[in-house]
Amino acid sequence: MSKRKSKENSEESAECISQVQKIFRERFCHNCAAGKLFGMKQQYSHLLELLKRTTVHGESNSALIIGPRGSGKSALLNHVLKDLREMNQVRENLLEVHLNGNCQFLMKNPFLSGLLQTNDKVALKEITRQLQLENVVGDKVFGSFAENLAFLLEALRRGNRTSSCPILFVLDEFDLFVHHKNQTLLYNLFDISQSAQTPVTVIGLTCRQDILELLEKRVKSRFSHRQIYLMNSFDFKEYLKIFKKQLSLPAEFPDEAFAQKWNNNVQHLSEDKAVQDVLQNLFQHTKDLRSLHLLLMLAVSTVTVHHPLLTAADLQEASRQRSSDSRANIVHGLSVLEICLIIAMKHLNEVYDGEPFNFQMVYNEFQKFIQRKAHSMYNFEKPVVMKAFEHLLQLELVQPLERPSVRAQREYLLLKLLLDSRQIMDALQVYPNCPTDVKQWAASSLSWL
Amino acid sequence: MPNLEHPAYPAADLLQLESLVPCRESQVSMLLSIFGERQQFSFPSIFIYGHTSSGKTYVMQTLLTTLQLPHVFVNCVEYFTSRLLLEEILTQLQSCSPGTEQTSPVHCDTLNDFVRLFKQALASQELQDQTLYIVLDRAEQLREMEANILPAFLRLQELTDRNVTVVLLSEIVWELFRPNTGCFEPFTMYFPDYSIGHLQKILSQNHPPEYSADFYAAYINILLGVFYMVCRDLKELRHLAVLNFAKYCEPVVRGEANERDTRKLWKNIEPHLKKAMQTVYLREISSSQWERLQHDGGEPGQLKGLSAHTHVELPYYSKFLLIAAYLASYNPVRTDKRFFLKHHGKIRKTNFMKKHEKTSNHLLGPKPFPLDRLLAILYSIVDNRVAPTANIFSQITSLVTLQLLSMVGQSDQLDGPRYKCTVSLDFIRAIAR
Repeated sequence: MSKRKSKENSEESAECISQVQKIFRERFCHNCAAGKLFGMKQQYSHLLELLKRTTVHGESNSALIIGPRGSGKSALLNHVLKDLREMNQVRENLLEVHLNGNCQFLMKNPFLSGLLQTNDKVALKEITRQLQLENVVGDKVFGSFAENLAFLLEALRRGNRTSSCPILFVLDEFDLFVHHKNQTLLYNLFDISQSAQTPVTVIGLTCRQDILELLEKRVKSRFSHRQIYLMNSFDFKEYLKIFKKQLSLPAEFPDEAFAQKWNNNVQHLSEDKAVQDVLQNLFQHTKDLRSLHLLLMLAVSTVTVHHPLLTAADLQEASRQRSSDSRANIVHGLSVLEICLIIAMKHLNEVYDGEPFNFQMVYNEFQKFIQRKAHSMYNFEKPVVMKAFEHLLQLELVQPLERPSVRAQREYLLLKLLLDSRQIMDALQVYPNCPTDVKQWAASSLSWL
Repeated sequence: MPNLEHPAYPAADLLQLESLVPCRESQVSMLLSIFGERQQFSFPSIFIYGHTSSGKTYVMQTLLTTLQLPHVFVNCVEYFTSRLLLEEILTQLQSCSPGTEQTSPVHCDTLNDFVRLFKQALASQELQDQTLYIVLDRAEQLREMEANILPAFLRLQELTDRNVTVVLLSEIVWELFRPNTGCFEPFTMYFPDYSIGHLQKILSQNHPPEYSADFYAAYINILLGVFYMVCRDLKELRHLAVLNFAKYCEPVVRGEANERDTRKLWKNIEPHLKKAMQTVYLREISSSQWERLQHDGGEPGQLKGLSAHTHVELPYYSKFLLIAAYLASYNPVRTDKRFFLKHHGKIRKTNFMKKHEKTSNHLLGPKPFPLDRLLAILYSIVDNRVAPTANIFSQITSLVTLQLLSMVGQSDQLDGPRYKCTVSLDFIRAIAR
């Protein structure tokens, strides 16, 4: 009887674990607007106020949301928009146009003249498509760039304050729009927001702090200079609280007993010294919540029916995985000949103070080692050594200073090493089956011989 | 006992998967735990890096096809421009779920159109919210395309608002990919290189059925003993193993030794493997030539490799010109007086020269020299009188065409043309005979 009961328990747990995974994956990977905001109360109220004024009172506005990568700019905006739509005071629907700087980028088409194709044309097509204006037939948009822009402005300008819908333009990756030719799109958008009758709000999101210097003078003067900064300004105690909150199951979880167990476990973890060390490590490296989500996602992915609760070891393993040195991993997989070449380059860097070298010099250094000290290394022919060297070039552990031309000989191309000597020595410690004379050569140069 | 377990996938599939990917179980189980169940979200982008032939492409393909997860597999070297890449993804997407009609050609110019068409295509497939995996192999080519492609793919889940995960496979580490203003950081995963034990296990798997597994394993042992120091690439080693096995079996076939006589077999194969390192490993000769060589049992020295073809028979004066060019490139100007005049004085070493003694010219490469110097050295090394006819000058030009000399600078320089010698000392020695 107990077996059946435990089987029932485990079946129930399977369904329950699946639910747990689903919730956490949506929370950490999907970045939906249902996520909570942390430490942004003032910015949230500012933005909400701004948008309310546009929709309720019909004011035109422009603002920039500035913050480093992963600090929650899109999350903030989505939150505000969601709350706005639920408010009763919004008379009619707000028209939204979402543009992304990465998408509004024109590929170079060799068959069309560069004068006719500008990146703004793509943006303009997208705007007309999202606003569903009259000259759109199905999905196709007709007209040249100038016609499109004129039509758009006309349609927007015809409305007046009382009878037209307010339009919200959201420009993601705003710093990519300033690289368009003449910044036409930005100029026109800001111009409309300053002068036209239709209430228009332009919100830009960017990660560059110096965005205002990139704007042209005429664009900058039409911008309202309203900037909202998101600076990840919480300290470690708040970070711990965020960790606890993000890892807790919501109250609406169907299996209450399990949710209780889980949340107690999370509380227990947040007081554990080992977990706090892991979090402190991450916090000192980067404060943004995106990295925290990555770590938690890694840890949560190990939760299965046999392992239903997180442990400190899971978090430590996730942290170790996240912060492994990628170059050291690559060096671990090189052959012994390639390691010898890297050690030769390291010695050259030490003797010549980091001046660039070429293959001939490396080969020379390698020959010195072979002739004087090596017992375990066979004296390989030059083409074999060249092939190993080209493998290092392919892995981009060594980089040429300038693009190799057809005329120059390959052996004399100047290169530099992209590893420093501490990384090399650390990698040699863990290198499997390293011959001892190679290790000794790495530790001391042969200059005294 | 199956190591891979996952509630979402049937155990039979997982068992089959495990048999197909030896020595990679831990990576596969990590991938399975990240992917989760079919409908669940996963990381928006995953970056997998590892050495050449460490199994990244193979494992991903096997995993996705065995478990029948909806996926699109594109090699970025094959589709090297952004337009080709995007159109290929959309085309493959059309045939993703079973039971769709004929695929029609897709036109996709910009990333904007791609996002729109992608959403449309995804809606028309009956995927029922399963995660779609887009795998981009040789992802380092993405850096050469337009600057917006890589950041857009890393965020594709957010841009399209659908359940899609982009997997990037590459040999190069992530730090060399990151754009200047940052991007959405993917989850980076390392596929470790195979250890020597793993290599032995994998290589021993494809032994021909006529011989026992132990015999083949001993052969692999010998092969690894010779080549492991130089190369750890599984594909290369497998190629060499297949090519040289016939030679290894020769004593057994001829009846001189039985399978256990390791010393005789070793003595037979060892010089052969050393020769292979100089020729087949370097791709000097093709594998069919190598096999013919083994079959005929001829002298290995007879076969001309690729680099032997660069040695060209030159006319009399051209040889002297080339030698003179080599001397002009590699000797500093001040030593000319000493070497080439009948009555030379002593050369005093100044302080400048003492400091720069260490960097020999042989290490730094050839230096450019003017035409007059070349002719002066030529006159001094040729025994009889040489008239500066057009013949000589045309031979210099033909040496440039053969790329044995190279012209430095523009051809309309007022001081006269400057050249550089681009051949090695071995070549010169071969000519001088």
